[in-house]
Amino acid sequence: MNKKIRVIDSTLRDGMHAVSHQFSLDDMMQIAEGLDQAGVDTIEVSHGDGLGGSSFQYGFARHTDEEYLKAVSQVIKNAKLDVLLLPGIGTHKHLEMAAKYGAKVARIATHVTEADIGIQHIEIAKKMGMEAIGFLMMAHMVEPEKVVEQAKIFEEAGADWIYVTDSAGALTPEGVAARIKAVKKAINLPIGFHAHNNMALAIGNTLKAIECGAESVDGTCKGIGAAAGNSPTEVLVSVLKKEGYETGVDAYKIMDVADDIVVPKMHRPNMIDKNSLTIGYAGVYGSFLLHAMRAADKFGVDARDILYEMGQRKTVGGQEDMIVDVAYALSNQNK
Amino acid sequence: MNNKVKAAIIGPGNIGLDLMFKLMRSDYIEVDSVVSANPNSKGLKIVRKNGITAIDKGVEGIIGNKDIKIVFDATSARAHQAHAPLLADDNKIAIDLTPAAVGPYVIPAVNINQHLDETNINMVTCGGQATTPIVAAINEVADVEYAEIVATIASLSAGPGTRASIDEFTETTARGLVEVGGADRGKAIIILNPAEPPLIMRDTVYTQVKNLDKEAITLAVEKMVAKVKKYVPGYTLKVPPIFDGNKVTVMLEIEGAGDYLPKYSGNLDIMTSAAKAVGEEVAMRMLRK
Repeated sequence: MNKKIRVIDSTLRDGMHAVSHQFSLDDMMQIAEGLDQAGVDTIEVSHGDGLGGSSFQYGFARHTDEEYLKAVSQVIKNAKLDVLLLPGIGTHKHLEMAAKYGAKVARIATHVTEADIGIQHIEIAKKMGMEAIGFLMMAHMVEPEKVVEQAKIFEEAGADWIYVTDSAGALTPEGVAARIKAVKKAINLPIGFHAHNNMALAIGNTLKAIECGAESVDGTCKGIGAAAGNSPTEVLVSVLKKEGYETGVDAYKIMDVADDIVVPKMHRPNMIDKNSLTIGYAGVYGSFLLHAMRAADKFGVDARDILYEMGQRKTVGGQEDMIVDVAYALSNQNK
Repeated sequence: MNNKVKAAIIGPGNIGLDLMFKLMRSDYIEVDSVVSANPNSKGLKIVRKNGITAIDKGVEGIIGNKDIKIVFDATSARAHQAHAPLLADDNKIAIDLTPAAVGPYVIPAVNINQHLDETNINMVTCGGQATTPIVAAINEVADVEYAEIVATIASLSAGPGTRASIDEFTETTARGLVEVGGADRGKAIIILNPAEPPLIMRDTVYTQVKNLDKEAITLAVEKMVAKVKKYVPGYTLKVPPIFDGNKVTVMLEIEGAGDYLPKYSGNLDIMTSAAKAVGEEVAMRMLRK
């Protein structure tokens, strides 16, 4: 029997970044229904920055988290509904609301060094009977030993899975292998990997992660996601099938969802351009892209200079406000 | 003036000790003693070294001591809930640096004069102390419909208490923006950044206003920054108000005074500085009577 790999589709969460969080309820329902019928195991639905992310800082979503979850929960029949929560942005109240609408999986996302701010949320998710995934973002910023140390915090808190997350699309296959192997060796939980495609390595890195023991991997249809996006789910499914893995996803059906349902809803093609490549190279948070482009316009500076400087300042996920600060400083320098 | 009001501090942790050093320079308050419930407290050793009475029997150690008029509580929300009734019965004014919120929220630059008669005063959160003054200043001239703040602090300056109750931080801070800042709605976000060397506390304040008067808003913000700076010297306007439709963005940096804690932990410094400011107002009032 072929080895089973779980696929979590994040079109309706990471993909929200690419549409500035503007999917309509109907958009979400059509995509979720398609994903469900294609056999995707888990469907993630949230603001791009997780539940409670709708804000000046990250962009206001077209609808509330509650409206989106209510809508999507009506069309999902087999897939598990998943939400993302970043402690410090969303709270236990968001998790409780999501559980009410049938969310079965909670991914608790922290910067790779700050897992302890998510302990209470892992515990709350478990108490409500949800599957809890500890999601360590920006994993490229620290050595594998540090990733292990933080994964253990989530393990002790009661997490069911550990995710190693390359939020900046900054890892090369070697970096992925080192981190996945280290966590696999030290932790008694299954491991997942979330890739970004800023250096055209999303699928390659994902295969590497699986080779090193990852059992759950993320994709988004057409790769729609922050910066250059993610592993395209339809490509991922085909590649894994070719490699002899079983995902439970129908290859033709997921291609149809990607091309026929998702493409017409995209605001721009998800591609590696000079700005998203700079994000991967400089190792900065993927969702900074559109914010940096807007700030570049407003302050008359190059978005790449902003992104590079964000890397120099060692910013972490969520620090979108620093983009304006950097752009302001750069524009004064140029005067 | 040789008359000072006697005060005690409960909880000789980072916050309690930083506050102790600040109050040792006060013209109106004399630190009588510092209290811990733990006889082996490392903090109490530092207290003794500085010639201040260290009490290791918990709050009971100061109950009945009528000389002590003001008590700063730098323990935890749960501990303060237990301390509050004991202190009130003993006629001591409690200045609460925990998120317990037994008493009203006080931001010295905004609403201290409304609450000088209270027997229990809550200091909100560090993010609240840093950002609420700006929201209140803008609200005064432009009517704030929605206020949102982002507090970014160095990972090293977030202790286990903050980490275990991060939801409490965002919820309390958001409530402060509404109740004290005057916004119709509020939201707070906190981000921990582990960079080395540690970054100085940064706060961004976004407001959505009804009456967009750029000049009045800029003036109000500058005046408020000067007002806060009087009791938090490291409080700086990093980027002047940026206008974008009816959205106003203000960016602040808060550098600590480095009394006991490192300078990057402006988040802790603004709490102890604000607590000292409130304590001194209360003390001055007592001295005038």
